[in-house]
Amino acid sequence: MQVPILKQRDYLIASIQAALTDADLLQLRDALVSQVGTYRSRGVIVDVTALDVMDSFAVRTLRDLAHMIRLRGAETVIVGIQPEVSFAMVQLGLTLEGVSTALDLEEGLAYLDKKLRTITAPIIKKRV
Amino acid sequence: MHSQEITVPVNADIDIVTARQKGRELARDLGFTSTDLALIATAISELARNIILYANSGDILLSVVENGTRRGLKVVARDDGPGIPDIERALEEGFSTSRSLGLGLSGVRRLMDEFDIVSEVGNGTTVTVKKWRL
Repeated sequence: MQVPILKQRDYLIASIQAALTDADLLQLRDALVSQVGTYRSRGVIVDVTALDVMDSFAVRTLRDLAHMIRLRGAETVIVGIQPEVSFAMVQLGLTLEGVSTALDLEEGLAYLDKKLRTITAPIIKKRV
Repeated sequence: MHSQEITVPVNADIDIVTARQKGRELARDLGFTSTDLALIATAISELARNIILYANSGDILLSVVENGTRRGLKVVARDDGPGIPDIERALEEGFSTSRSLGLGLSGVRRLMDEFDIVSEVGNGTTVTVKKWRL
């Protein structure tokens, strides 16, 4: 099942709708890494709210995705990890080291807005 | 009601998804909490992936077990693959299963209540895990 990727402003938003096979996850990774260039995106959000399992392969692939996208000059934030999923990940010893996460899509957008604004803050002249 | 065993053949990565979904359904019928459902589904996913990675094909067997008044879910992952030469080591390695291609068996053991492994080089591997309802 292919994950729809939405382009919004400078961002790409991938909203996972249902359980993904390993092949689907790899395809998502490659599509995002490629489209960041096509659309000159500054940020990527991967919404995993619909995932009821994030096993070692899923976590590794998402981490690779985020690191690859950073190498391409954009920022990634993973949003929507469910409470039970976070518990299972911790029990299994899985981490998303070096990858930004946020509660939901709204927080993810706010995170990217803030992060990217600080990098490219326009110089505003103060009126005296 | 759940007297029979559910067999999920594992031959391709889509079967990993099927196995964990079937396991989750059965566990939900047994009344496991949503947290336990996530642990069980994750454990099945890891076991099924090991089959694909190391043996190419095998089966995941799901069944209900009873111990006095307690009920639980039993998951058996079996394959006719190359087997594991050093089980002790396979259980030690890969606390961070996602970093290496470790078997992640130690992780699966942490997710479940009971864990048993039988493996013989050249004769496949059978991992049996159980989760009991609180």
